Amino acid sequence: MCTVCGCGDAKVEGHAHSHDHDHAHPHDHDHGHDHGPDHHHDDDRHIHYGRGIAGVHVPGLSQSRIVQIERDILGHNNDFAGRNRAWAAEHGVLALNLVSSPGSGKTTLLCRTAEALKAKVPVAVIEGDQQTSFDADRIRATGIPALQVNTGKGCHLDAHMVESAIARLAPADDSVLFIENVGNLVCPAAFDLGEAYKVAILSVTEGEDKPLKYPDMFAAAGLMILNKIDLLPHTDFDVARCIDFARRVNPDIVVLQLSARTGEGFDQWLAWITEGRRRAVAERITALEAKLAAAKASLGTA
Amino acid sequence: MHEMSLTEGVVRILEEQAATHGFSRIKTVWLEIGELSTVVPDSMEFCFGAVAAGNPLTKDARLEIIRVPGTAWCMDCSASVEIATRTDPCPRCGGYQVTVTAGTEMRIKEVEVE
Ligand SMILES: Nc1nc2c(ncn2[C@@H]2O[C@H](COP(=O)(O)OP(=O)(O)OP(=O)(O)O)[C@@H](O)[C@H]2O)c(=O)[nH]1
Ligand SMILES: [Mg+2]
Ligand SMILES: [Zn+2]
Repeated sequence: MCTVCGCGDAKVEGHAHSHDHDHAHPHDHDHGHDHGPDHHHDDDRHIHYGRGIAGVHVPGLSQSRIVQIERDILGHNNDFAGRNRAWAAEHGVLALNLVSSPGSGKTTLLCRTAEALKAKVPVAVIEGDQQTSFDADRIRATGIPALQVNTGKGCHLDAHMVESAIARLAPADDSVLFIENVGNLVCPAAFDLGEAYKVAILSVTEGEDKPLKYPDMFAAAGLMILNKIDLLPHTDFDVARCIDFARRVNPDIVVLQLSARTGEGFDQWLAWITEGRRRAVAERITALEAKLAAAKASLGTA
Repeated sequence: MHEMSLTEGVVRILEEQAATHGFSRIKTVWLEIGELSTVVPDSMEFCFGAVAAGNPLTKDARLEIIRVPGTAWCMDCSASVEIATRTDPCPRCGGYQVTVTAGTEMRIKEVEVE
């Protein structure tokens, strides 16, 4: 079992099968979990996260005692998320974690976004779904590299799956990496993937009360996108109320309205991405300049 | 229903701790679960029962959940206030300029072992 993804039998697409497990786990396993015997493989295109918990047998003491643990239950996930975030910072990558109910339009949004950005900015996509590679296929049809992660029974992506997917996909330096999470407004809220922002997508056919019904997700998101605004005339969706609800759970949330079908509102969305990317690349430039200065200084003092 | 994967995460941390601290059987596990966390305690207990039973380390373990109240900072009142859910307004002024400061934790606090 990997980190907290034990509910799953998740697979990362495109993984070449090998039994000595020299594959897409570039991290050292110093956190003491074992990928060896628990790994199963369905076919040679997937990493399959093993199930089951290896029993640990330690000769015990006979008297009962209290041991302080003080550990975050999500600690393992957060360790991986921290590593993903450090990777993104080092490579100037803006990573966005797209979360929503099933069918709000995440993949449609990503296809159109990829089309709009691809001439100017390197883009890569990690697609999370329980089953099928349909969504990754849709992205690849736009000419953008995409990798499908199937979570099996798992209801969310976790940071370890994303780490493996990043190793496999190898997004370009200074790129925008979109991670489409499993359609689910509950569980992905708890799992940091190492993204710069969670982007919550809510379509206007879902009702404006979603931010109050699923507050954790809207509290965790930096941006809320109201999608399918081309359908507003056919619904009783109250945009102002929806934004008010979202601000109740997250006073700082940014809100954009758009249609992934018609492209209305896309300029602001693309501007938001571009600004995020500018900051990610600027940070990398600062870090590189510091390195360069240190290298020059070391020559100067030699 | 991520309580199942969270519970499996708990058991894994306990296994690591068992190796570090040298214990082989857990009698009680105390979890701190914030009122504003994404965890439903009943569901966590249910999952723990299922996951713990299959592991020699935890098969006899009892789960104790300590709830940590939700606390937020109200910008309008410049005060720390208690809230029961993320959607609550400030109990003093009724406003929504509140930022959560505590109550989201999900921690393994301690265990009773032999
Ligand atoms: N009218 C309208 N339809 C849209 C819009 N965006 C997406 N759709 C439609 O909504 C349906 C679901 O879109 P997807 O992009 O597959 O949604 P998703 O969020 O990726 O779905 P899952 O990955 O299954 O969670 C499709 O039929 C899309 O054509 C939009 O802006 N307007
Ligand atoms: Mg999709
Ligand atoms: Zn107040």
